[in-house]
Amino acid sequence: MIELKGISKKFGDTQAVNHVSFKVAEKETLVLLGTSGCGKTTTLKMINRLIEPDEGQIFINGENITDQDPDVLRKGIGYVMQNIGLFPHYTIAENIALVPKLLKWDKEKINSRTQELIQKLHLPENTLAMYPHELSGGQQQRVGLARALVTDPSVLLMDEPFGALDNVTRTSIQKEFKALEELKRKTIVMVTHDVQEAFELADRICLMDRGEVVQIGTPKELLYQPVNDFAKKFLAGQRLALEFKVVNIQDIWTYLPKEIIQASESESADLSVWDAMELLRNNNQSELFVSGADQAIKSINFEQLTKGFNQYQNAQLHE
Amino acid sequence: MNEQQQTLWQFMSGQSDKLLGQTLQHVGLTFISLILAIAIGLPLGILIARKRKLSGTVLGIAGVLQTVPSIALLGFMIPVLGIGAKPAIVALLIYALLPIIRNTYTGIIGIDQHVKEAARAMGMSKGQILLKVELPLAMPVILAGIRTATVINVGVATLASFIAAGGLGEFIFGGISLNNTNMILAGAIPAALLAIILDALLSLIQKMDFKKLRKALYIFPIVILVLGGFYALPTAYGSTLTAGFTPEFMGRQDGDLGLKSTYGLKIHTIVISDAVMYKAAFAKELDVISGYSTDGRLKAFDLKILKDDKNIFPPYYAAPIVRDKALKQFPELEKSLNLLSGKITDSIMTDLNYRTDYLHQQPERVAKDFLISNGLYKAPKNGHNGTVRIGSKIFGEQYILAEMYSMLIKGNTDYDVATKTGLGGTKICFDALMNDQIDFYPEYTGTGLLVLLQPDPKIAKEMAHDKEKTYDYVSAEFEKKFKIKWLKPIGFNNSYALMMRQKQSKELDVNSITDLKNYLDKN
Ligand SMILES: Nc1ncnc2c1ncn2[C@@H]1O[C@H](COP(=O)(O)OP(=O)(O)OP(=O)(O)O)[C@@H](O)[C@H]1O
Ligand SMILES: [Mg+2]
Repeated sequence: MIELKGISKKFGDTQAVNHVSFKVAEKETLVLLGTSGCGKTTTLKMINRLIEPDEGQIFINGENITDQDPDVLRKGIGYVMQNIGLFPHYTIAENIALVPKLLKWDKEKINSRTQELIQKLHLPENTLAMYPHELSGGQQQRVGLARALVTDPSVLLMDEPFGALDNVTRTSIQKEFKALEELKRKTIVMVTHDVQEAFELADRICLMDRGEVVQIGTPKELLYQPVNDFAKKFLAGQRLALEFKVVNIQDIWTYLPKEIIQASESESADLSVWDAMELLRNNNQSELFVSGADQAIKSINFEQLTKGFNQYQNAQLHE
Repeated sequence: MNEQQQTLWQFMSGQSDKLLGQTLQHVGLTFISLILAIAIGLPLGILIARKRKLSGTVLGIAGVLQTVPSIALLGFMIPVLGIGAKPAIVALLIYALLPIIRNTYTGIIGIDQHVKEAARAMGMSKGQILLKVELPLAMPVILAGIRTATVINVGVATLASFIAAGGLGEFIFGGISLNNTNMILAGAIPAALLAIILDALLSLIQKMDFKKLRKALYIFPIVILVLGGFYALPTAYGSTLTAGFTPEFMGRQDGDLGLKSTYGLKIHTIVISDAVMYKAAFAKELDVISGYSTDGRLKAFDLKILKDDKNIFPPYYAAPIVRDKALKQFPELEKSLNLLSGKITDSIMTDLNYRTDYLHQQPERVAKDFLISNGLYKAPKNGHNGTVRIGSKIFGEQYILAEMYSMLIKGNTDYDVATKTGLGGTKICFDALMNDQIDFYPEYTGTGLLVLLQPDPKIAKEMAHDKEKTYDYVSAEFEKKFKIKWLKPIGFNNSYALMMRQKQSKELDVNSITDLKNYLDKN
């Protein structure tokens, strides 16, 4: 669990961070979202004391971080940098093994953990002996991730971990990332300025502007209950796509046609409307079977899906 | 040409022991000072990369130190550190410092900020960041600094021979004074090769990728240490007295070689430059030195000449030597130069030298005083009927003589005068004369015979002890070979001499070279 209490930081005349407070629950992923220069990186770096705040306190698992030796603190926190920051003079294997070596793990353990990670992160085996400059940008980011994950820290800080990627690669890495079992056990603070990414990965989003927190809440809350104009405008451009993403079949269950009883296979109702649409499109099916919370199974087509979604939208607006 | 090459090869193989020894000493000097420079420069570079406010001051001081001329720096060291290895190493260390400090500094501050931040974020301590991130990443730049320092040091180490620290400079400067091209080359070629090879090796290391570099970095300090170890101090000699001889004296038949063959003198000898030899004797760093019999410092430092009882030092009567062409061009020149002939005896010359070398009077004033008191001085006529160019070697006596000749020419003829004083050793002076850079300079009969003519050793030996015969021989030969005329001798005999401190000579009861030999054999 991470807690920030009234954190402020000034660089000269720039108020980079201004009285920021939030809590990140155990195993939760909080995404810091905001325009460039709004203080996301600064906030993140104060959590592992790369930057010391001028004001306020930070607690990790109830312990004030200023009471800990910074080197020890940092060894216990995974950190993925905005600029990747791999060591150019170390091979990929050595880059990944950096913290384990500092912690004096034995060779065997380091090797097996490295192997495990490169498989999970889909890095080719032969990259281990290479140097960072020999890898593509996407591969380097995976190595950066592997380096942060290698000791399986319970807290993970990530600063635009997919920032340097083209859209196609980014989407696929995000998916792989989301599917990683070991990330689900971690308390994560992630920075991004990409709204789509925030919605894809966040449990809760902390929207920031000019060093201050504008709104903290689930993606749905941000969409449907924006606290001010800034929050509304921030999402405006991609509103529809976001809504398709945050709304799932369960949400619109009541607006879908009557149920049928028999089907051999079905999708879970956790499926977002967006994903359901993609399935219908990609698999060239006219029908999709989904099973609701009550074990009932419904068959839906594209038309029924959009209709149900629209009804749900209307209901939300009139709430 | 072919003959020349062969003789160089012969010289080098004949002197291979000395050559090897000097080369090892040279390498040793270079690397000992390099190790020390790294030991001091690297931490300083790291310090100023941490506290950048200091960088201006530290780099400034190192920069200023580097601009001090090397000979001057060596000179400053003597009062503090004496002669020999210590001052040479310190001087070399000072020259090597700047490139090492500067490159360590720029190497470290040039590292990508994100990489440093990543290191901190991973929880590396300051020491770990320095050793595992900063130094390895700055290493190519630091190595470039070490490379520069090495090449500088190989060059400057040739000057170490001036203060008895050995190295290839012994051959180079000995060769220059002895007019021995082979000797110069025997020192200069290995020194140049050394610089080129070391430079190439270090550039190889510098260009290695990180993987190889890491291995190389383990070997590097070991190699430096071993190379530094080559410089074993030549102290294991056992004699109770120490002699300091100039490179020139070392290589001459009428010098160290004659001392060994004629007297059988065995003494622990170090090679040292004339400029610091007397001071070193006075400071009791040396006991016996090879000086010149009219040197003013003899009087200044209270030294005594040991009698050359077996006559190995030939006479060195000074006389101006003039190109025949110049005598034709300036018909009145010979007459005015001869005004000085027979006027200056040994003791007068020693006194004149004392006034310049020790009392630091200007050679011009000393010359004028002498001419006036001998009724030879005339006010300059300020004539413009051509310019006579006077040369002189690089020591006080020659400066005084050059001044006297200048005044005599100006006062007695319508010629103007240009002086080119301080022309290094005999070879440089004589080459200048041969190549029409100067019209005349004062030379010594012994030098003319043994250094410039280099006749058959038998002829030389026969003649060398007879003042008249030597003069007649060099006069005739110079005319024939070089079209150069020896004018009448000035009077004094500035021959080689061994000297000791007066006090020590009395204590040990050593008055002649034979006494010295007997004393050494007994002790
Ligand atoms: N070390 C520093 N010195 C001075 N100013 C700084 C420093 N670091 C950040 N700032 C300033 O503080 C503000 C917040 O910077 P920060 O890096 O936290 O922004 P960010 O939200 O991460 O932006 P981006 O999305 O571009 O990475 C900016 O105005 C920036 O210029
Ligand atoms: Mg940032």
